[in-house]
Amino acid sequence: MPEISYLEAIRQALWQEMKRDERVFLLGEDIGRYGGAFGLTHGMLDEFGPERVRETPISEATIVATAIGASLLGMRPVAEIMFMDFVFLALDQIVNQAAKMHFMFGGRTNVPIVIRMPGGSGAGAASQHSQSLESILMHFPGLKVINPSTPYDAKGLMLSAIRDPNPVCFVEHKILYKTKGEVPEGDYTIPIGVAEIKRPGRDITVVANNIMVMKTLAVAENLAKDGIEVEVIDPRTLLPLDTETIINSVRRTGRLLVVHEACRTGGWAGEVIASVVGSPAFDYIDTPVRRLGGKDIPIPYNRGLEKIAIPQSSEIEQEIRDMVEGRI
Amino acid sequence: MTKQKERNKEKMEVDRESFRDQVSRLKLKDETLIGLYRTMATVRHFELMADKLYAAGKVHGTMHLSAGQEAVAAGISLAVRQDDYFINHHRGHGHFIAKGADINLMMAEFIGRDTGYNHGRGGSMHIADFQSHNLGANGIVGGGIPQAVGVGLALQMQKRDEICICVFGDGAANEGVFHEAMNMAALWKLPILYVCENNKYGMSMDVERATSKLPIAQRGDAYGIPWACVDGNDVVEVYEAMKTAAEHVRSGKGPYFVETITYRYFGHSKSDRNLYRSREEIEDWKQNRDPIMRFTKHLLQSEILDEAQAQEIDNQAEQVIVKAVEFAEASPEPDLSTVLEYVYA
Repeated sequence: MPEISYLEAIRQALWQEMKRDERVFLLGEDIGRYGGAFGLTHGMLDEFGPERVRETPISEATIVATAIGASLLGMRPVAEIMFMDFVFLALDQIVNQAAKMHFMFGGRTNVPIVIRMPGGSGAGAASQHSQSLESILMHFPGLKVINPSTPYDAKGLMLSAIRDPNPVCFVEHKILYKTKGEVPEGDYTIPIGVAEIKRPGRDITVVANNIMVMKTLAVAENLAKDGIEVEVIDPRTLLPLDTETIINSVRRTGRLLVVHEACRTGGWAGEVIASVVGSPAFDYIDTPVRRLGGKDIPIPYNRGLEKIAIPQSSEIEQEIRDMVEGRI
Repeated sequence: MTKQKERNKEKMEVDRESFRDQVSRLKLKDETLIGLYRTMATVRHFELMADKLYAAGKVHGTMHLSAGQEAVAAGISLAVRQDDYFINHHRGHGHFIAKGADINLMMAEFIGRDTGYNHGRGGSMHIADFQSHNLGANGIVGGGIPQAVGVGLALQMQKRDEICICVFGDGAANEGVFHEAMNMAALWKLPILYVCENNKYGMSMDVERATSKLPIAQRGDAYGIPWACVDGNDVVEVYEAMKTAAEHVRSGKGPYFVETITYRYFGHSKSDRNLYRSREEIEDWKQNRDPIMRFTKHLLQSEILDEAQAQEIDNQAEQVIVKAVEFAEASPEPDLSTVLEYVYA
């Protein structure tokens, strides 16, 4: 199986779906000749032309609204918000419009759009270009929120997202763009709303998303040498959240840690923990459930400060050891 | 643009043109004019009934009535095609009726019944019927303006000859998306007819206190969009402006922006006590500029209708509304067990 990057995997999904379905088109800022701020749409203008790789003015609200309007007439737009931080400019259209139309119009229409948005820190982009806002988007019924951590998941979930009849926020992580993994060349989909156990283990369940999945897997390898077997779960979709997979895991391991880059307060870890402790898995929990989130600060610019703003591998490892070895 | 302004000026000068000459120049047949009258009467009766139903405690929530603005809805609907797409605003009952909505289903939605257009999930502010290309009203002021860009873009990409009519109020014109959308619609020459229904107030805010330069439509100049500002209480003038605009839009020349000056009789919504305007002002519009009264006078003077016929049409319109209320009230409430439905398609 060919090994490609996370960024190439998303591009491949867009490319193949545009070949397969002429209703699919891209719109966003600088996605043409420039290839998008991260080069994700590089080469697509030449292949598909300016009609289907439609560059827009810097008008985030109207980019999303245009996707909505076109979808009402049967198109399948994939809109790009250049940095996830800019999603606030478009939030009325995402939340008050796209997410609610199927419901408030009594099922008479649906809004099959995908809104791509790269988030996350680590690029020295400072406070307004580095946030992880996926927890906010989870709060709105009618939306789906996808957050893949591997190239394989990114391609399969993007194909599912475009084919889904609902508005989907596709949250990418800019530090993951260069990570590589095996990705089938052909067409495959990964179901939305299904978590994956990235590594089985008996001692503790760690639920993590995007780059925290990678960090936790590396930590788990380390801990295995000391006989601690960590089960790593990647929810992959945050809305709807596959709580069943997580609850079943905690019933086996008796311990739960949630790790995310997003600010700790109001982060999605709270949702996962509430779902687990409110379930029959509660009877199997023998250690306080814990979460590790980003510090409650805007992302700083300075390299050293930026690094420690989010959970570090060493912190994840320490937290797991403390929980498994009974210090918490 | 200068040309447009000259035309507007000429138009003012030929305002003395008799009603008969005007309608014959526009090739409007008597039956078409009677149809306009019937549409306006139906809208008026719907709104009066809505107010009555509210007073009787039969409406859950609020509503935004368009009584006084009927000529805009009727004039647009005659100037465009049945299959054109329509994006509406929160004060949208009149536009739905003029576009040919099933009044029974509208009324049922209005009082929240399961037989309503949207199974009682939307209510007054969110009536939509996608089958008839009615893309819905919007509770967020200006929310539909940028969506029209997407509808226009899809029509252009699909090489279709329908157009998108997007109606919004004077208040919405001061939302940021108005500017984003105007720019993009003009940039891509999209088939969108933007209509600003200026009824003088955005809730309580006088348009003159909210808008730095009037008319609002002159903002079209900034985007290279041709525009016109017309008397929104003169149904034939509205029709003529919309016809010119719709032809321009349909011919692929890009968007067109028409502002209609009109007035609402009821408050912004039900909690409105009209503290921001005088009784005299409201009475002046009602007595001297009412769109239905003015048009009726023309129809009578031109002997297109006599008083008895006019009364008969008015009675019929009222009956349509009374029957719609009967239908709606006899309809079931949504089954409470379906509360989770329609969240996801």
